[in-house]
Amino acid sequence: MSFNLLVLTCIAYVILLFFVASAAERSAQQGRAKWLRSPLVYTLSLSVYCTAWTFYGAVGYAARSGLEFMTIYLGPTLVFVGWWVLLRKLVRIGREHRVTSIADLISARYGKSNLLGVIVTLLCVAAGTPYIALQLQSIALSFTVFVSDPGRVPLAADKNIIAFWVAAGLTFFTIAFGTRNLDANEQHHGVVTAIAVEAVVKLIALIAVGIFVVWFVASGPSDILARIDAQALPEWTIQPGRWTGLILLSAIAIICLPRMFQVTVVENIDDKHLATASWAFPLYLFLISLFVLPIAVIGMELMPEGANPDMFVLTLPLHLGQDGLALLSFLGGFSAATSMVIVASLALATMVSNHIVVPLWLKLRAARNLDSGNMRLLVLSVRRLSISLILALGYIYYIISGGSEALAAIGLVAFVGVAQALPALMGALFWRGASRNGAALGLSIGACLWFYSLFLPSFGPDVMISAQVLEHGLWGQSWLRPYSLFGLTTLDPLLHALFWSLLLNTLAFCLGSLLSFPSPIERVQGALFVNIFDRPGPTRSWTNPVAQAEDLLPMAQRILGASEGQAFFRAQAELQGKSGFLPDITPEFLQGLELKMSGSVGAATAHAMISQTVGTAVVSVEDLMAVASETAQIIEYSSQLEAKSEELTRTARKLRDANEKLRTLSDQKDAFLSQISHELRTPMTSIRAFSEIMMDAGDMSVQEQAHFARIIHDESIRLTRLLDDLLDLSVLEHGQVSLDIRAVNLRDLIDKAISASKSVQAQRNFRILRSRDPEDVEIVTDSGRLTQVFINILSNARKYCDATDPQMKIIVRQRKTMLEVDFIDNGSGIPRDKQALIFEKFSRLTDSLQAGGAGLGLAICREIMNNLGGDIDYVPGQGGAAFRVSLPLVLERKPMAAQPPAALARAEDAD
Amino acid sequence: MKLPSRNTQFLARDSYRMRRLMDAARILPVLGLILLVLPLMRLDSGAESPPTAAEAVYLFLVWIGLILAAFVMSLWLRRSLGPPRPLVTPVSGRQGMAAPSMPPVAPKDD
Repeated sequence: MSFNLLVLTCIAYVILLFFVASAAERSAQQGRAKWLRSPLVYTLSLSVYCTAWTFYGAVGYAARSGLEFMTIYLGPTLVFVGWWVLLRKLVRIGREHRVTSIADLISARYGKSNLLGVIVTLLCVAAGTPYIALQLQSIALSFTVFVSDPGRVPLAADKNIIAFWVAAGLTFFTIAFGTRNLDANEQHHGVVTAIAVEAVVKLIALIAVGIFVVWFVASGPSDILARIDAQALPEWTIQPGRWTGLILLSAIAIICLPRMFQVTVVENIDDKHLATASWAFPLYLFLISLFVLPIAVIGMELMPEGANPDMFVLTLPLHLGQDGLALLSFLGGFSAATSMVIVASLALATMVSNHIVVPLWLKLRAARNLDSGNMRLLVLSVRRLSISLILALGYIYYIISGGSEALAAIGLVAFVGVAQALPALMGALFWRGASRNGAALGLSIGACLWFYSLFLPSFGPDVMISAQVLEHGLWGQSWLRPYSLFGLTTLDPLLHALFWSLLLNTLAFCLGSLLSFPSPIERVQGALFVNIFDRPGPTRSWTNPVAQAEDLLPMAQRILGASEGQAFFRAQAELQGKSGFLPDITPEFLQGLELKMSGSVGAATAHAMISQTVGTAVVSVEDLMAVASETAQIIEYSSQLEAKSEELTRTARKLRDANEKLRTLSDQKDAFLSQISHELRTPMTSIRAFSEIMMDAGDMSVQEQAHFARIIHDESIRLTRLLDDLLDLSVLEHGQVSLDIRAVNLRDLIDKAISASKSVQAQRNFRILRSRDPEDVEIVTDSGRLTQVFINILSNARKYCDATDPQMKIIVRQRKTMLEVDFIDNGSGIPRDKQALIFEKFSRLTDSLQAGGAGLGLAICREIMNNLGGDIDYVPGQGGAAFRVSLPLVLERKPMAAQPPAALARAEDAD
Repeated sequence: MKLPSRNTQFLARDSYRMRRLMDAARILPVLGLILLVLPLMRLDSGAESPPTAAEAVYLFLVWIGLILAAFVMSLWLRRSLGPPRPLVTPVSGRQGMAAPSMPPVAPKDD
């Protein structure tokens, strides 16, 4: 095939990709891109793992080492089949924290440390450069193999020039689609779709060649298996060390490779896509690997001695005259190489700009105190420049290395390089104690070891490292020989480098983490990352900022673009219930802004930029004080509320009590009225009845008349007494009684009361037991009223005491300023349930006729005693009815003004 | 589907099945690795040339077995995953978080 035709085919293919990519971008912008982000596209985009190294190199690898080529695909298969353990967490963290690259993730986890970002970026660039060179080499190689007329076009023979133009073209494509805008999540719909198309092309191409080989060259699977065994070389024997080591290495690589991180984590939009990819991506790898060994075996069989097995996929169809198949195969290889270069350079450029150039530039700006200008344009320019730089580096590496090595070797060197990020990454996901210092130490040591023991020697003796050093070690120290460090000579160079670098890396990482103390922000991030499934919702670390929204808006506009930035601010203001573009600068708002910006420039840079504007890089003491005082205020306020509510409860209870009391009083008043009308009615009725008899009956004897008149007279007296009592009670209750206070002897009063009470039931003979000495007390009180109380008690006893041989004990006691007089009879006393009632008005324990009173006696006694500053109580358990009268020895004459409150107090005491 | 918290002692039958399926998903890669290194233990150093064809058949069979197992598991496991992220990132998905003005909860332990 002519060179020009081949070039035209390539250009047409690239233009097709270009259209696919821009169509995808357009529909993504219009929001119609559902199918673009389907699990299928996600899975196909993962196939960027299968580079030209797979497409061409795997066959060469199989031809040299047999089944060992499979390890490169078995490792990733295990990682994806076990997605639940690792990838699920990685993807979730990447999405929640808007991670833009593996360097960004490690930097964000370890306290948004830019140092770690720089280390990982440098490591990835160092490891990625040879890998990109490898792609350029394979494309250049395939061109020279394919072109049938190298004589006519001198250009076609010069691989370096071809590689240069390929690099330039890829730079252009990557810039056009990878840096069209600063996407919020660093997602590139166009690129991902183009990659998916390329994935299909390379799969179809390889399977087509495979089917041709198995069914058209050989005669089916069994024939192929026979030929495999026939061709098997002794070197094909599986070597245990390399077999497990390479499975492990490729498993690490699929996690740590920057381009794989880009498509797996950064471009992921849904956990469910990962669920699909968990089986679909291994299936893709399976299909890619299925025909590798057959192609290698047939190639070895049919191709002339000395043919490069790395090119069998291309040369075998050509050799067999299948030009169309060869062209398809060429396009497959071209696809594999271009997709890898595009994604890798995009991922690396993002890392370089976010972790090296922009922070440096911010520092410079801070030093010179300059305005930042258009950040957005700056970031985009930096990214474009970085892409060019990385491809240029790849090209330079290709020129230097001479493009002569086997493809597989370069790929594995890169794998070991990126594997150095593994301990820090695993620590980030699963170990909260992992610290920044440990990660930095481990990464540095691992990177240095890789550089010295694998990367530099990979150029060959006397290119980067002298044959002298290679042979005898640095400074002639044999334990420093690059391929047998510390005297370890049994492993091959790759495993040797992998073993020492990962071992010492991990040890340093663990030791550094165990011995250092992480900063607060590191610990917060650590908890958020490790417990990503327990705690939905992103980090919050901004407290009481001092910046104004006016300062932040221009910065956000520069990063996010004018319309996007304004839309974000307006939406945030709306959330806070404000109109316009300037929300309050709350910690939540700053958090959101940082997250949004970190999608564009990385976590560390976004944090640094907001820190710079806000004015506090870390949480200051003032912030903490503010938070503390805010908390204190809240606590105080809530305790005030609590006190208030308690007070309210108390007031409510008081009100309820007062209400209850009022109701009781009202009930009592009703009962009193009904009682009093009853009491008045009874004598009235008999008076009326007897007076009517006397009026109607004319022939009434004088005796009868006298009898009836006496009844009427008695009833009138009873009525009068009742009215007197009521009046008395009313006067006493209202405190309007005028007391006649003077000094008297208690014994005289008791004497008087005993003799006065004798008229009641005079026929009963009471024995009075007295002790006359204690009774000899001078008291100052109203003697008349007090005597009335004594008489009442003694009369009651005479009336109600049911003992056959009644007796009354009178005991006088002095207690401080109070005097107690107990009246105890030997009757059956008052039943317990009635004891509370006896002092109530109209309470009579027996029939009213028998008692001959209105039942007001004890009620009046209580009122009198209250007026005399004392009290009267029933004392149970004394062997009969026992009343205790207590009164002060000296009754203070109360001023008149104090009486109404006293009356009120009594009303309250009454119940 | 929201799974019950880890603190729950006993689970309903469905949740219990889901938990065991997650366990299986964690075991699968280990099982895969063991099956993939088995050929190492069958090495016959006396043979002139290695039994490459047989090994290849064995490895590809293990491989497709792993893929099938992952496929079946993913059908069930994907139910326990959250809703997807919208294509156009919303300006703020934080309305639901009525954030109290308190500093973040201190980590339990380090």
